[in-house]
Amino acid sequence: MISDATKARFAREVAKYPAEQAQSAVMACLAIVQQEQGYVSAESERVIAEYLGMAPMAVHEVTTFYNMYNQKPTGKFKLNVCTNLPCVLRDGGKALQHLEQRLGIPMGGTTADGVFTLQQSECLGACADSPVLLVNDRTMCSFMTHEKLDQLIDGLRASEEVSGAKQGGQS
Amino acid sequence: MKAAQVLQQFQATGVQTCFHGRHIEPQIYAGLDGTNWRLSDYVARGGYQALRRVLGQDGSEGLSQDQVIATVKESGLRGRGGAGFPTGLKWSFMPRQFPGQKHLVCNSDEGEPGTCKDRDILQFNPHIVIEGMIIAAYAMGISVGYNYIHGEIFQTYERFEEALEEARAAGFLGNNILGSNFSFQLHAAHGFGAYICGEETALLESLEGKKGQPRFKPPFPASFGLYGKPTTINNTETFAAVPWIIRHGGQAYLECGKPNNGGTKIFSVSGDVELPGNYEVPMGTPFSKLLELAGGVRKGRQLKAVIPGGSSSPVLPADIMMACTMDYDSISKAGSMLGSGAVIVMDDSRCMVKSLQRLSYFYMHESCGQCTPCREGTGWLWRMVDRIENGQGRPSDMDLLNTVADNIQGRTICALGDAAAMPVRAMLKHFRHEFEYHVEHKTCMVGAYV
Repeated sequence: MISDATKARFAREVAKYPAEQAQSAVMACLAIVQQEQGYVSAESERVIAEYLGMAPMAVHEVTTFYNMYNQKPTGKFKLNVCTNLPCVLRDGGKALQHLEQRLGIPMGGTTADGVFTLQQSECLGACADSPVLLVNDRTMCSFMTHEKLDQLIDGLRASEEVSGAKQGGQS
Repeated sequence: MKAAQVLQQFQATGVQTCFHGRHIEPQIYAGLDGTNWRLSDYVARGGYQALRRVLGQDGSEGLSQDQVIATVKESGLRGRGGAGFPTGLKWSFMPRQFPGQKHLVCNSDEGEPGTCKDRDILQFNPHIVIEGMIIAAYAMGISVGYNYIHGEIFQTYERFEEALEEARAAGFLGNNILGSNFSFQLHAAHGFGAYICGEETALLESLEGKKGQPRFKPPFPASFGLYGKPTTINNTETFAAVPWIIRHGGQAYLECGKPNNGGTKIFSVSGDVELPGNYEVPMGTPFSKLLELAGGVRKGRQLKAVIPGGSSSPVLPADIMMACTMDYDSISKAGSMLGSGAVIVMDDSRCMVKSLQRLSYFYMHESCGQCTPCREGTGWLWRMVDRIENGQGRPSDMDLLNTVADNIQGRTICALGDAAAMPVRAMLKHFRHEFEYHVEHKTCMVGAYV
C-alpha cells in the first residue's frame, strides 16, 4: 500500500504534466517508491500503474529499462562506483577494487549484514571528480581516495540508520 | 550521526571543477563561488536583464520574436550538446503559428562519458538556464517547457527545482511574466540511468513515461515532438549562452569566438591531467592552452592521445591534437568532433586496447536494443576487443572489427550505433600497431596501466 504522504509526492509530479499525460510522471513515482521502500516491487508497480492509469506492464517496462531502479531489495546503502573510461584513468577502477576488499564482497554483492550493496556503474556525469560514487541514487561522493572510502564506510556503518536498526529501533 | 551528515563531507564543492579562476573570458561561469546560485545573486550579476529587455520591461520597446531569433542567428551559437547545429536556425524551424500546444525541452541528460559541464551550470548558476529557456520560449511562442536532468545528479535536479520555485515567486515564470502578456510554465523532470536518453527523441519518449528508445527522424521534433506536438530541444549550455547574447548582441558573441564558431565553450577536461575540471574559454582557443589551464599532463608524463569531444568522438594522437584549436571546424578537420566538449586526456602509460575495451563495454551496456546492428554489433565489438586485450586475439580481428563497425555505422535509428563504431575505427586507424602487438605477444605494449 502507498501512504497518503507518498501519494502527495506523486501528485506533485503528476501536476507537472497535462492531465491526459499522467504517465509522464512514472519515472519520478518509481524513484519516490524506491527512495521510501528501497526497491520497486511488483506490488508498487501495480499501485503506480493504477494511480497513473497505465498498464502494469508499461510500468514494468520502465523499471527494467533504466539502470537505477532496483528490481529487488539491496543493502541499506547502495554504492555505485563509476568505472567508465574517464574515471578509470583517475583510479575509479581501483576505488571499486578497494571497496570489494574492504567490504569482502564482489561487485554486485551485498554484505552479509545487509548494510552495503556494491555496484559498478556507467558514467555518472562527474568525470572531473573521479573517483566518484553514488550513494542510494541521490548523493554523489567526489574525489574518493582510499582514505575517504574508508571514512565513508566507517561513517555509514556507525550512522544512526545502521546502529538504530541493530538495536531493533527505527532510524 | 545520520547517514546524510556522513555523506555531506564527501560532496563536491565545485572549487576544483568550476571556481578555480582558470577560465578565459567566461560568460556562463563568470562570478560564481558555489554559494551565489540563488535568484537574488543572479539578479545582482545582471541576471534576468536580457529577459526584461526582450519583454520591453526595462523601458525599451522590447524585441520581437523575429528579432530574438535574428540575434541568435547572428551570434553563430551552435548546439552545445554534441551535434553543433546552429541554434538560431533550429529555432526558426519551429512553426510559430501552429495552433496547438508546443513544447520547449532542455536536454540536461548529461551522460556522454567525459562530460560534466552542465552539472556545474545547473548546480551553481541555475537561473541562467531558466532565463535562456524563457527567452527561447518567447521567441518561438511556446508556453510549456521541461528540463530533463540526468538521474545520477539528483542533487542538481533538486537544486534546479528550488531555482524554479524562486523564479515563479518572482514572476519570471508563470502567467503574464513581468506584467507582459507572455506566459511560460517550466518544470523539471529527471532520468534514472539510461545513456540513450541523451538522444533527443529517446529523451522525449522518456519524458512521456516510456522506455527511452529513439524515434525515426523524420519527422523531426519541430513537427512531431513531445506528445506528438512541435518541440524544440536544446542542450543546457546552449540555453545558458542566450542571456549573454541578448545583452551584448549577436556580433559581440561571434567576435569572442571565431567565424562559424561563436562564443565561449565549456570544456570538461578529464583523465591524465593535473587539474581535471570544467574550463570555459573562447571557441578557437588552442588545445595546448586548454591543456595548460588543466595543469598539463599528469606527473610530467608525455601526452599520448586525446578523445576531444566525449567518448563517442574519434580519438586523436598527441601530435594531431596539439595542432588543433578547440572549435567545431578545427577538430572536425582533424578527423574527430568537438561533440559535447569533453576532453579525455591519455598519457603514454595508457594501453589503447584496454581503453577501447572499457568504452566498447559501455556502448554494449547502453544500447537500447531496438536496432539489430547496434544491439548485436556492440556486443561483437566488445567481445573482440576483450579477447584481444586478454591475449586471445587473432590476426584477422583488426579487419573484422572494422567490418563490424562498418555494419553498425549509419545503419541504426539513432546515433548510438555511430557512437559505438567511431571510437573503434579511430583506435584502429591511429593505434593499430598496439592491437597487433597484443595479438602477437598476448600482452600489452605499454607497462602498467596505472
